[in-house]
Amino acid sequence: MAHLHDEKVRFLSEKANAIRGSIIEALLEAGSGHTAGPLGMADIFSYLFFHALKHDPKNPFWSERDRLVLSNGHIAPVLYAAMAHAGYFPIEELKTLRKFKSRLQGHPHREWLPGLETSSGPLGSGLSQAVGMALADRIDNGRTSRRYFYALMSDGEQECGEVWEAAQLAAREELHNLIAIIDRNYIQIDGYTEDVMPLDPLKEKWEAFNWHVIEVSGHDFADIDAAVEQAKAVFGKPTLIIAYTVPGKGVPEFEGKYEWHGKPPSREEAVRALAELRSLGGKIKSEHE
Amino acid sequence: MSEYRLRTEAHLNPHLFDVGIVEEPIRKGYGEGLLLAGKENEHVVALCADLKESTKTDLFAKEYPQRFIEMGIGEQNMAAVASGMAAMGKIPFMTSYAMFNPGRNWEQIRTTICYNDQNVKIIGSHAGVSVGPDGGTHQALEDIALMRVLPRMTVIVPADAIEARKATRAAAQHKGAVYIRLAREKSPVISTDDTPFTIGSASLLWGGGAANVALFACGGLVYQALRAARTLADMNISSTVVNVSTIKPLDKKTILDAVKDARAVVTVEEHQINGGLGGAIAELLANFHPMRMEMVAVKDQFGQSGEPKELIHEYGLDEEGIVQATQNLLSRLC
Repeated sequence: MAHLHDEKVRFLSEKANAIRGSIIEALLEAGSGHTAGPLGMADIFSYLFFHALKHDPKNPFWSERDRLVLSNGHIAPVLYAAMAHAGYFPIEELKTLRKFKSRLQGHPHREWLPGLETSSGPLGSGLSQAVGMALADRIDNGRTSRRYFYALMSDGEQECGEVWEAAQLAAREELHNLIAIIDRNYIQIDGYTEDVMPLDPLKEKWEAFNWHVIEVSGHDFADIDAAVEQAKAVFGKPTLIIAYTVPGKGVPEFEGKYEWHGKPPSREEAVRALAELRSLGGKIKSEHE
Repeated sequence: MSEYRLRTEAHLNPHLFDVGIVEEPIRKGYGEGLLLAGKENEHVVALCADLKESTKTDLFAKEYPQRFIEMGIGEQNMAAVASGMAAMGKIPFMTSYAMFNPGRNWEQIRTTICYNDQNVKIIGSHAGVSVGPDGGTHQALEDIALMRVLPRMTVIVPADAIEARKATRAAAQHKGAVYIRLAREKSPVISTDDTPFTIGSASLLWGGGAANVALFACGGLVYQALRAARTLADMNISSTVVNVSTIKPLDKKTILDAVKDARAVVTVEEHQINGGLGGAIAELLANFHPMRMEMVAVKDQFGQSGEPKELIHEYGLDEEGIVQATQNLLSRLC
């Protein structure tokens, strides 16, 4: 299995850090939106957009591209920031997040921004859509298709029944080019997931549904990469990657607190957060130098 | 004596008023139409939630097993899977009972299909009280309202099996979300292969010009409306009958032409009185040609077990109910 070179890891870390900075700036301008989830998923989005995905930001409708379906649309800021940094649209446009007539709708709208595979927000439906895409691909290209379908979900949405309907279908159809990733950060709006509606043992539940399940740290690029490479190698089963993440990752003031699920930072908080990220940026560099 | 009032250009079944008129389930027309659509376009795929035989999706499934997806009992998943397949260029027809599809998966239809502008066809079978013995749980009476309110949704209620076949083929060729409402029970075949059908067109079946009353009907009850028109004619009450098979978008011109010289309007549907065909016509007329209306529909209540004919009669949806409603309305106008 190919391992990520140190140089690549440093590159992805820097991109993740830049994505985090953009998220905070965009949320500050917007005055509303979600902070914890987008920051927690910045590493995975950096990995996907700058390493794993077969895509072309200058040709977003390229038919041979992999498909990335974001089910938990409320973490749109990290998707938008990753897309902007990858070159889908100008980084400056991130400041229009959630504003009237902006292409960056509060929750993603496929028709407004080229490069979005679907419109999402209401939880529980993204995996189904990715399954549908993979099924269509299976009809057209058979079991040897090398196109990958990534479905990104929150942990809270595992409470939705539809997720498990989709899980059963994907397993029956042996969709081995379907890779689902759960952002396991243990928070949702009303509190910690295990208080609101316990989800563990999540791994065993998915295994019981005949999925290949891999647990990773959502902040360790080598770990994430090994899981995705393994997923691509598995035959006859869809793969679920449970990515353990720290909500608010990168800004100690926000980390691990469910209160940051659905609110943006104030100006003072944003200034402190950006300063933290700058020093983190320095740390990433010094660690690798 | 009244046959001359049938519109010749509608090419209706010449045996329309015969006692032994041929009857076929409307859902059967769907099954045949889907098979044809599948033959005509390789992108057509079918999804069904554990009801492929009773929704007649089995005809397609047998011919094109590789393009048929058995969904099991998961209508919410079915809607979003269909959306995903459409995103890859497929033309999915997703089928179940109307009570569950669109009854149970309305939000998925709204977000992943309509809001997302995906080319998915939603087929709700077993709508209306004519489902019969299964009872109120299975008699969808709210589905037209649920679908009519969605932006980008086209809503079709075929009047018989032949129209269902045509509507299904037309839906496959139409780009965008379409809801087709089907019924379980055998219904009189009122049309022929030559009867015109276009999405968005209502058709005048009886009368025309000045009339006492304009009758607008959809689904299997179009037959009852035609029978009522004949009975009303015998009572010297003239009428026009329009088959409003596309409820959204409404055929504004045909409807306004039909009411222009009429004194009153009666709508006929196997649906709740709120939000269905009657509501759609009322919204149109309130804007362009306000006039008195009577809605023949289920009056804000649930169905129950019974034989289809018994239930259609119980809820006042048959010929007798339509004649009664028309007389009531006209007497109020005097």
